Amino acid sequence: MQQIFNFLFKNSNRLLFLLLLSVSLLLTIQSHSYHKSRIISSANFLTGGVYEKINNITEYLNLKTENDALALENARLKSLLFNAKDTTAIKKPENLKGVYPEDIIVSKVIHNNYNTLENFLTLNSGSNDGVKTDMGVINSLGIVGIVDKTSANYSTVVSILNTKSQINAKIKKSNHFGSLTWNGKSTGFVQLIDVPRLASVRKGDTIVTGGQSVIFPENINIGTIDKIYIDNVTNYYTLNIKLFNDMTNLGHVYIIKSKDRDEVNNLEKTSKKDE
Amino acid sequence: MNSTLLVNILRFILLLALQIIVLNNMTFLGFIMPLPYILFIILYPVNSNKSALLVSSFFLGLIMDMFSNSGGIHATACIMLAFYRPYLFKFAFGVSYEYQTIKLNDSLTPERFSFILLAVVIHHFTLFILEAFQVTFILDILIRTLLSTLFTIISCIIIIYLIKPNKR
Repeated sequence: MQQIFNFLFKNSNRLLFLLLLSVSLLLTIQSHSYHKSRIISSANFLTGGVYEKINNITEYLNLKTENDALALENARLKSLLFNAKDTTAIKKPENLKGVYPEDIIVSKVIHNNYNTLENFLTLNSGSNDGVKTDMGVINSLGIVGIVDKTSANYSTVVSILNTKSQINAKIKKSNHFGSLTWNGKSTGFVQLIDVPRLASVRKGDTIVTGGQSVIFPENINIGTIDKIYIDNVTNYYTLNIKLFNDMTNLGHVYIIKSKDRDEVNNLEKTSKKDE
Repeated sequence: MNSTLLVNILRFILLLALQIIVLNNMTFLGFIMPLPYILFIILYPVNSNKSALLVSSFFLGLIMDMFSNSGGIHATACIMLAFYRPYLFKFAFGVSYEYQTIKLNDSLTPERFSFILLAVVIHHFTLFILEAFQVTFILDILIRTLLSTLFTIISCIIIIYLIKPNKR
């Protein structure tokens, strides 16, 4: 008995080693056998808690990729949403003089840009719906722009808030006309330049589209005169016009087909050639 | 509480945390992983209780196994290293190592380096043999032992130099 104890005390380390080795080897072998579940696994409260904390941090580090994925998902869902057919049909405007109802295409702004100097809109109707370049775009409040390019199902519109756009417009009561431009400063105001000094202008007068253009029919609302000043260079009036439209908030718009347009254009071309 | 005990407990926790949180996510070429957590066994005081070292290295390995879902391979490798540590000391520092004051976390001499190298090789070789668990993978085991030993030694030496108290 004494010898056994002596042996145990003498070799306690070795025995402990053998015990622990057999336990760990048992665990190893057990983990290598396919059918049994592991005794030591990461599915307990200690490892689970630590891994959850680590995951919280890595999740935070992956926010950017996560955001990108969500943005893609959003874009996909939005494209589904916007391409859905409207359940309520939009009525075509009836108060346009000189435009037949069949010459109006109802469309919708799917992308509106108003914070650069040259702004464009995108509409969800294209050449399949009969939209062509240089058609006028208006909505119930006033003019919006001119069609620039068309694809099969979409078209882009040069907004009136584009420093390159020039639209013929006139003062409603006196028929004096000028060019409608934008100075790129405020989305609520456009400028009517080259109005002759003869014209009697007053603050609050209404500005409408002029009859000189084949793009827009005559007498479509644009805005009211907000400020009047004289251009130092040209000595013509420049009028600051407050738009009826809120260009930052556009929904449904009407695209105007002009039947006379091709005829007028051809005529003007031939007469220019003759000169 | 004894300060050596406290230092060792802290080392146990910190090395495990470093290994699990940071280094387990760092693999070179898909299979080479530095395992500097065995520094706990390497840096354990020379003349301290050997059974305590065996038990604590068993739990060190077991916790690693828990986190990497590997059965008992880390535990086996750790107690192998812990058990053969006195022999490695004898090999690296001479027979009378027990009477010298060996401080491993000091400047790197050839003796210390050979001790660390042997310790890491023993641990990794056991680990990878048990991980593969088939004789046919022997070449693979050797390559992985070699490359992982390299990375573990580099990380061990970096850690030793980082935690070494500056005596100037």
